[in-house]
Amino acid sequence: MSTDSKPPKHDSGKIGFDRRTALKGGAAMLGMAALAKAIAPITEWTSDMSVDEFLQKHYKELKPGELQTVLARLEREAVEDHGVDVSINDYRPKEGVKFGYALNLSICIGCRKCAEACHIENNHDRETNQSYIRVFEMEKGGIDFEKGDANYNHPVPQKDKFYMPVQCQQCENPPCVHVCPVEATWKEQDGIVVVDYNWCIGCRYCEAACPYHARRFNWKKPEIPSQDINPDQGYLSNRVRPAGVMEKCTFCLHRTRKGKLPACLEACPTGARVFGNLLDPESEIRWVLENKRVFVLKEELGTKPQFFYFFDE
Amino acid sequence: MSVIADEGGFTRKVTSYPRFLLHSFGQATSGSPLFYAWMTLLTALALVGANAWANQVANGMQITNMTDHVSWGLYIANFTFFVGLAAGGVMMVIPAYLYHDEDMHDMTIVGELLAIASIIVCLLFVTVDLGRPDRFWHLFPFIGRFNFPISMLTWDVIVLNGYLLLNMHICGYLLYIRFLRQKPNPTWYKPFVFVSIVWAISIHTITAFLYCGLGGRPLWNSAVLAPRFLASAFVSGPAFILITFHVLEKLAGLRFGEGARRTLLNIIRVTCLLNIFLLLCELFTEFYSGGSHTASARYLFFGLHGHNSLVPWIWSAVLLNVAAAVMFLLPQATRNRSFLTAACLMTFAGIWIEKGMGLIVPGFIPSTLHEVVEYLPSVTEWKITVGIWAFGLMVYTLILKIAVSVLADRGTTGDPPGT
Repeated sequence: MSTDSKPPKHDSGKIGFDRRTALKGGAAMLGMAALAKAIAPITEWTSDMSVDEFLQKHYKELKPGELQTVLARLEREAVEDHGVDVSINDYRPKEGVKFGYALNLSICIGCRKCAEACHIENNHDRETNQSYIRVFEMEKGGIDFEKGDANYNHPVPQKDKFYMPVQCQQCENPPCVHVCPVEATWKEQDGIVVVDYNWCIGCRYCEAACPYHARRFNWKKPEIPSQDINPDQGYLSNRVRPAGVMEKCTFCLHRTRKGKLPACLEACPTGARVFGNLLDPESEIRWVLENKRVFVLKEELGTKPQFFYFFDE
Repeated sequence: MSVIADEGGFTRKVTSYPRFLLHSFGQATSGSPLFYAWMTLLTALALVGANAWANQVANGMQITNMTDHVSWGLYIANFTFFVGLAAGGVMMVIPAYLYHDEDMHDMTIVGELLAIASIIVCLLFVTVDLGRPDRFWHLFPFIGRFNFPISMLTWDVIVLNGYLLLNMHICGYLLYIRFLRQKPNPTWYKPFVFVSIVWAISIHTITAFLYCGLGGRPLWNSAVLAPRFLASAFVSGPAFILITFHVLEKLAGLRFGEGARRTLLNIIRVTCLLNIFLLLCELFTEFYSGGSHTASARYLFFGLHGHNSLVPWIWSAVLLNVAAAVMFLLPQATRNRSFLTAACLMTFAGIWIEKGMGLIVPGFIPSTLHEVVEYLPSVTEWKITVGIWAFGLMVYTLILKIAVSVLADRGTTGDPPGT
C-alpha cells in the first residue's frame, strides 16, 4: 500500500487552541448534545423501571422470600398501572400429575367460544383481540392447513367443513424451549411449558421455532379496562404481561393446578374438549387415549405433543 | 548496564502505546473536507437511527411492522447479511497466509477491519431486535443464564464475539508494531490469523444453523443452507473489499497492487458460480418434489394465493447475481476497474436481498399453520437500519483511515509518526 499524498504536517509544536481545534471541539459538543436528545425517549422509559425489576433474578433462582417480595411488587405495580387489586400467586406443579388435553373434531362447531374465554381469562390485550387459540375452518377430505382458514366470518358450522382449534401442544420435546438462549422458557414437571415474563429478553427465537404458531409476542403493553382484568393471576401464567416479552398458553395453570378446568374447556358448548391427568388411569383423558383413534399435529417433527385430536365414529 | 537498558525499553513501551492511541485519535478526527462531509453525513444518519430505536424501546415494537406471523424482519435480515460480510472479510486472509503471498499481508488488514466493522453492525442489529434490551445481561455466561450448548443462539453469541476479539487483536497488534516501525513477531499474530480463518467459517455456519435447525420451517430446514451462506459470504466479502480499493484509490489517492485485486477476482469467479449452483440445487429440490412444505419457496419466487410482495425482489437478486457472475468472467473485469466495481456493487446488492429479506421473511410465509400474512418494514425499521449501516460505515472509515496512515508510513528509521 502506498500513498500519493505528501506526508502530513504535524503541528504538535504549537501550543494552545487554533481555530481548527476549537471547531472540532464545538462539533464534538454538538454531536454529544444531539445524541443525548436522540435517545431521550429511552431515559424516560427507564425512569419508569425500578432497580428491583432490572436486577430481578431468574424464577428458578429466587428463594421463597425473594419470590414473595417479587409477587408483592408486581401486585403493587398492578395497582399503579391499572388501578385494580389483583392477587398474583406462584402455583407449583403437583406430584403425580401430568396434564394432557384432547379435542373431539367430530363435535367442534367452530364457534370460537374457547378462544374468547382464553382472551378474557388470560388478560389479553383487548384491542388486538389476542388469544392463545386459533380456530381453523378446514375442508373435509384431509387435514391440510393450506386449505384451512382462521379468519372465517360467517355462521358456523358450515356444511362440508370441520373445525380445528390449535393452541400450545405442550410438547414433550419442545423446540421453543431448546432454542431459548437465556432459559426464560422451560417445561415444568406437570408438562406445562411456561415463560418467566421477567426474564425473557424478547428475541423471539422461540416464536420462530414453534411449529404450531402457539407463541405470542407482546408488541406493546396489553391494554385492558380495569374492570375487565381477571384478578386471579399466576406469576407464570395470566398476570398482565410486560411489553417486549413472549407469552403462550399455560393450560390455565393458575386454575388447573388448583384442580379447576381450563377456561377454554369450560366455555366449550359442545363438550369437544377433554382435559385431565395423564398419570391417572381413571381419568377421562386416559379413556379417550385408550378408546379413540387419536392423532397429534405434525407427528413427523418429533415434538411429541401432549395435545391430542380425535374423531367419533 | 542491562538493567538500565531494560528500563529504557520499558519506558519507551509505556509511552509508545498512548502515543499510538493519540496518533489514531488524530487520524480519526482530521482529514480532507470530503472526510468531514462524509463523517457528518454518517453521524446525522446514525443519530436518526438512534432516535428511532429510542422510540421503539419506549413505545414497544408495535411501531415495527413485524407480527406474530412474521416475527423477524429487516433487522434479522441485515444481521444475517452482515455475518456473511464479516466472514467474507477473511477471504483476503486465506490466500495471504495459507499460500504465503507476502505481498498481501498488509492488504489483509482491509479484510480484517471489514470483519470488525461488520461484527459490530451484527451485534447492533441483534440488539435493536430485542424486545427487552434492558435485559441484555441475561445473555452473559455466569451472570445471566446461558442456555449453552442447547441453544444455537448461545453458540452465535460466542462465535461472533470471539471473532470480533480475534480480529481486534490481530489488527491492533499489527498496526501497533508497524507504528513502532518494528517487525511483527509471528508468535503474536500468526496463530490468531489461522484460528480466525476457521473461526470465520464457524460464524456463518452457526448463523445458518440458527435457521436450518428449526424443523417447523421447511424453507430453512435444509442441509444446504450453511454451504449457501458461506458461498454468498465469499462473494459479498471480496466484492466489498474490491469496492473499498476502488473508493480509496479515487478519493484517498492510494495505490493497491494488481496482485491483490486479481486474487480477489479469482476467488469471486469461483464463489459466485458456486452460489448460483447451490441456489439451483435448492430450487430443484423445492419445486420438483412439490407439496405443502415448498409453500415458502413458491411464495418467494412466484407468489402464493395472490400474495407476492417479495417476488420482484428475489428475481432482481437472481438477475443481479447472474449478471454480475457473467461480468466477473469477462476479460474486462481484469482490465477495467469501473466495470469490476459495477459488477461488485451488483452482486453485493443481490446478496443483500437474497441473504437478507429474501431468506428471513419467506421463512415465516406461510406461517407454520399455513396462514399467509405479508410483511414490509415500517419507517421506524428503515430508519434504524440506515442508522446502523451509517454507524458501521463510520467505524469502517475510521479504522481504515488509521490503518492506512500507519501502513503508508514507509520510513525504516527514525521516530514513528505522530511524535
